[in-house]
Amino acid sequence: MSDTILEVRDLVIDIPVAAGMLHPVQSISFDVKRGETLSIVGESGCGKSLTSLAVMDLLPLRAKRTASVLTLDGEDLLSAGERRMSDIRGNKMAMIFQEPMTSLNPAYTIGNQLVEALLRHKQVSAAEARTRAIYLLEKVGITAAASRLSQYPHQLSGGLRQRVMIAMALMCGPDLIIADEPTTALDVTIQAQILHLLADLQKEFNMGMILITHDLGVVARVADRVAVMYAGQIVETGTAKQVFENPTHPYTQGLIECIPIPGKTERGAHLGSIPGIVPSLVGDLSGCHFADRCRYAMDACRSGRVELTGSFEDGHVYRCALTPQQCAANLTKGAA
Amino acid sequence: MLKYLLRRLGVAVLVALTVSVITFSLIYLSGDPAIALAGDSASNEEIEHIRKAYGYDRPIIVQYGDWLARAAQGDLGRSHYLKANISDVILTRLPNTLILALCAISFALVLAIPLGVAAAIRPNSLIDRFALSLAVVGQALPSFWFALILIFFLGIQLRWLPITGTDSWMNFIMPAIALGYYVTPGVMRLTRAGMLEVLSSDYIRTAKAKGLRPPAVLFKHALRNAIIPVVSLAAVQFGFMLGGSIVIETIFAINGLGFLAWETIQRADLPMMQAIVLVLSCFYIVITFLADMLNAFLDPRIRVT
Repeated sequence: MSDTILEVRDLVIDIPVAAGMLHPVQSISFDVKRGETLSIVGESGCGKSLTSLAVMDLLPLRAKRTASVLTLDGEDLLSAGERRMSDIRGNKMAMIFQEPMTSLNPAYTIGNQLVEALLRHKQVSAAEARTRAIYLLEKVGITAAASRLSQYPHQLSGGLRQRVMIAMALMCGPDLIIADEPTTALDVTIQAQILHLLADLQKEFNMGMILITHDLGVVARVADRVAVMYAGQIVETGTAKQVFENPTHPYTQGLIECIPIPGKTERGAHLGSIPGIVPSLVGDLSGCHFADRCRYAMDACRSGRVELTGSFEDGHVYRCALTPQQCAANLTKGAA
Repeated sequence: MLKYLLRRLGVAVLVALTVSVITFSLIYLSGDPAIALAGDSASNEEIEHIRKAYGYDRPIIVQYGDWLARAAQGDLGRSHYLKANISDVILTRLPNTLILALCAISFALVLAIPLGVAAAIRPNSLIDRFALSLAVVGQALPSFWFALILIFFLGIQLRWLPITGTDSWMNFIMPAIALGYYVTPGVMRLTRAGMLEVLSSDYIRTAKAKGLRPPAVLFKHALRNAIIPVVSLAAVQFGFMLGGSIVIETIFAINGLGFLAWETIQRADLPMMQAIVLVLSCFYIVITFLADMLNAFLDPRIRVT
């Protein structure tokens, strides 16, 4: 069994729109290893959710997906038909969505929706499925698990529903779990609980996890590796330590400046912000997508294609024309 | 669920009582019932005699109580015109109307729901366009004309189906289609709209992410949620069919309740009219009650409201 669970190379998503062709995801590549959490970070519309849907093959019908490599545990997903994909979904890879309030079917009990995936994919009896559902509900910290099985989604709070969603994703013991902003819709007090729960379960069951979020605080706590996305491209990727201690791309630097640090950030001090808006991703895209918002943009940034080649440490790469030394100098300037 | 059922049942009883008050007062809406019964040439003594004989001299509230108590026991009084027991007359007519309405609503649902689902799965596809044109035609064709067209082709030209009477189940096919097709467009469009909305919902995405196959996604997860407004609409339409099949019953010479109502109106047979209105209203109330129960079964959230 290979160490790498998910391998994605040159993933491209195109969506035809009235104004032309929208390029929400342009050639992104990443790996997820067993027992590792990769966090994809970026602002709304950067393509991070579409990326996860593309892996699950759940993109909207009109969206076109291409890639040079897309494998799950060595199996090619690009050539897998819809029938094979439906055998894999919920079984070998499972997904947790952003909206726990609407992601459960209001007409069926929690128990029904939990055992459904297991009965679909594995040869187990209804009683065994029920036992597993109770076991997992307890795992995700739901008390009186057995009696919850007969409850309906509307009888549970948002936090409980998200726990149920997590338990549901774990029913078949997947190799890969994709969590798309799992804490965004929850109360701040619940967010941390859910996040720690996810991190613990991921270690315990030794799964690969993709954690999609726009919250760098979340990333810092649970991610092993980070991919920062901007306007459909990965602009910087590396281990969480590399990216946080040594943010290199001006966009990553900007994101980190936006976070207040308790004890360090002075009361009343200005938090960083990134001026401008995300560029349109319709039609022909050239140059660095971040150029219009970048403090250090040069003429060279606006033409040609800036590749993900800037590199100064093992595995830590970024998409910028500046040298690592220049970037580091910028960071100290920005912080000063 | 029990609490909801009891409360809903209480409402149904209240509605039934209200309807009974209104139908009872029908007798007095057109003036003094004793004079109406006695006819134009009656003397004052004769009128007084009739008033006493039929109990019209008692206080209204007593008359209402008496009437309601009898009606509850199935005694709807006598038709002065037919010189017959109203309950007996209605009981001989009711089965025809019930069979016709049941066949018509079944035809409508069996045609409309699959078409609506198919149209929602592939919006703007060939089948969606076909369903839409069917809906437009269905809504635009007057049912009496459609009934005549059916009679002309299926009954007279092809001689496949009998065109009048109620002798066998074959007799009900054409009237059921003629009565049911008018309901089809509404049910179909509502099914389509409901399915389109549900299919784009988050929990359908969840169902797909679980790896469920399309039939399970469509029928277990989507249709159950999309069908709820359709149940309510079908119940209302079924009620209309019971009372409003006058045209169809007349065209196909079906001795049903609608036909009876039409005859009764022409004869100004007030007690009979009163009874028909009461019976149809009670059916209506029962049907909507059953529809509400079905919806509460389908959607657990309804049970708590």
